[in-house]
Amino acid sequence: MKTDPSCRYSTEHEWLRVEGEEGVIGITDYAQDQLSDVVYVELPEVGETFQRGQVFATVESVKAASDVYMPVSGRILEINEALEDSPEWVNQDPYGKAWFVRIAILDPSEVDDLMDAPAYEAFIEGLH
Amino acid sequence: MKAEFGVRCSGAEPLIYELSKPGRTATTLPALDVPEAELPPPSLLREPDRLDLPEVSELDLVRHYVRLSQLNWAIDIGFYPLGSCTMKYNPKVNEAAARLPGFAYTHPYQDVHTVQGNLMVMHVLQEMLREIGGFAAVTLQPSAGAHGELTGVLMMRAYHLDRGENQRTRIIVPDSAHGTNPATTAMVGLEVVEVPSDERGNIDLEALRAVCDDSVCGLMLTNPNTLGLFEERLAEVMELIHGCGGLVYGDGANFNALMGIARPGELGFDVMHFNLHKTFSTPHGGGGPGAGAVGAVEKLAPFLPGPIVYLSRCEEVGCPRAADPEEAEEEATFFHLVTPLKSIGRVKAFYGNFAILLRAYTYMRMLGAEGLRRVSEMAVLNANYLKSQVRDILPISHDRTHMHEFVAKGIIPEAPDVRALDIAKRLIDYGFHPPTNYFPLIVPEALMIEPTETESKETLDAFAAALRSIREEALTDPAVLHEAPHTAPVRRLDEVRAARQPVLRWQP
Repeated sequence: MKTDPSCRYSTEHEWLRVEGEEGVIGITDYAQDQLSDVVYVELPEVGETFQRGQVFATVESVKAASDVYMPVSGRILEINEALEDSPEWVNQDPYGKAWFVRIAILDPSEVDDLMDAPAYEAFIEGLH
Repeated sequence: MKAEFGVRCSGAEPLIYELSKPGRTATTLPALDVPEAELPPPSLLREPDRLDLPEVSELDLVRHYVRLSQLNWAIDIGFYPLGSCTMKYNPKVNEAAARLPGFAYTHPYQDVHTVQGNLMVMHVLQEMLREIGGFAAVTLQPSAGAHGELTGVLMMRAYHLDRGENQRTRIIVPDSAHGTNPATTAMVGLEVVEVPSDERGNIDLEALRAVCDDSVCGLMLTNPNTLGLFEERLAEVMELIHGCGGLVYGDGANFNALMGIARPGELGFDVMHFNLHKTFSTPHGGGGPGAGAVGAVEKLAPFLPGPIVYLSRCEEVGCPRAADPEEAEEEATFFHLVTPLKSIGRVKAFYGNFAILLRAYTYMRMLGAEGLRRVSEMAVLNANYLKSQVRDILPISHDRTHMHEFVAKGIIPEAPDVRALDIAKRLIDYGFHPPTNYFPLIVPEALMIEPTETESKETLDAFAAALRSIREEALTDPAVLHEAPHTAPVRRLDEVRAARQPVLRWQP
């Protein structure tokens, strides 16, 4: 499974790329592989605020619908509208074109609780 | 074993619209027997050429639907082990009962005095479900399982509101639950709280304890759960939820395992739906109609949707006019319709899917109390027998005695490219409907197998033999699995494209 060294990771398989006081969020390569072919992505509204662990998006594959959780608390600054029309990007490019939202990070200390790429790789290894 | 099941009908059948030729008709309208009237102004009329009804002859119409029926799979053709759906045989006597003219030609607007027979059927069915479920009262209105869930959770919410406990807005749902449980919760406007299962497949008691507080409206629980396992610590689960003031909703989808053996109302369930189209052998699939009767314990009964059929003495309720005054004298009792005091209101027009209720009534009367219990015993025996055959072929999710179904994993270590979907599709070539796959979500590559009580040992053995043969193929020629089905009217469907670019309506 691929990881991106520039991201931090949650145990629910979301990644967060910190860019100054903002962050970009998506789901991991492992998550897309488990979901199989993604057919629908539902994103939140710009301006909404979510606490860490709250559901902010939904991903639907041919197998199941899954919630996507906030890896850190944040306010939605921007959503990837193109992703709603091209859900297959989640499978093709999970760390790139398939970013979900850009947020204002509300509590930077929460970022430290997330795993770095090697720790996340060890985490998913442990799931098998 | 070789796949001997041939192609029943080759080639795709065109849509009825594609068979249409202008001017053809399959019906002759009778002579006008009412006065001719002026049409409304053209601005109110639908454009005639926008009606787009197909025009075909009667013979073409008959052939089209007969051919479609031959392309279809049905329990009357072969084994249908679709887990959690209880695809049992639907006895033909049910159909005979539903077609009796006395029932078939009644109208829901008829005065209750003229349909006492229909009301008696409903009343006795209510009473039988009440007895078998251990509940205080039953409504027959909901038209499906999920509709029953909606009814039950609305009642739970109404119960709390009635007591001034407005803050109870959370519904706890185990991660093994049917997807309809969280969907129902969302429909009612409540919040879903998911709790995990433990290693034995039971609801995780510690996780449950952690979320039990006075914000809990209730728990939605399926027992046996979707792993086909009885909740071993059910009493403690009930105590926890009731202890924090919550209610327990029973998802009756798996009631075929318990009929006549354990009564949900006595196990602690406060309200539960019965899937008459699963447990009580009414037709199933193809979009319905179903029936999801709901039973409730004493404290929730006043919130049931109405009307409910009651039997009362004439001197108490005053019987309405009888055609013959002498007959009225004789009628000491009378079936009438009552809406409970704090009812959440109607959830369905008229009286539910009456003709379906009639089939369930027939099934229950044909079997009797002992027969119904035997149904559950045989369903559990069949599932465990089949599991004993399958466990050497595919891994089973949990090493426990199962109830009416079990979940295998479509994982063959020596053939890592083969997935549950490939096995499911290949089963079609062997003449079996595939099991439910990729559900429950907590089992990887899940194949959820429910044989039901109506299958013989020979059928179960043949199914196990097919799985064994497919496993061999996976080791020697996996392509045959990846490309399956080979003998069905259509080959492997592109379900990803169907989901991404759904075509929901025919257009010329």
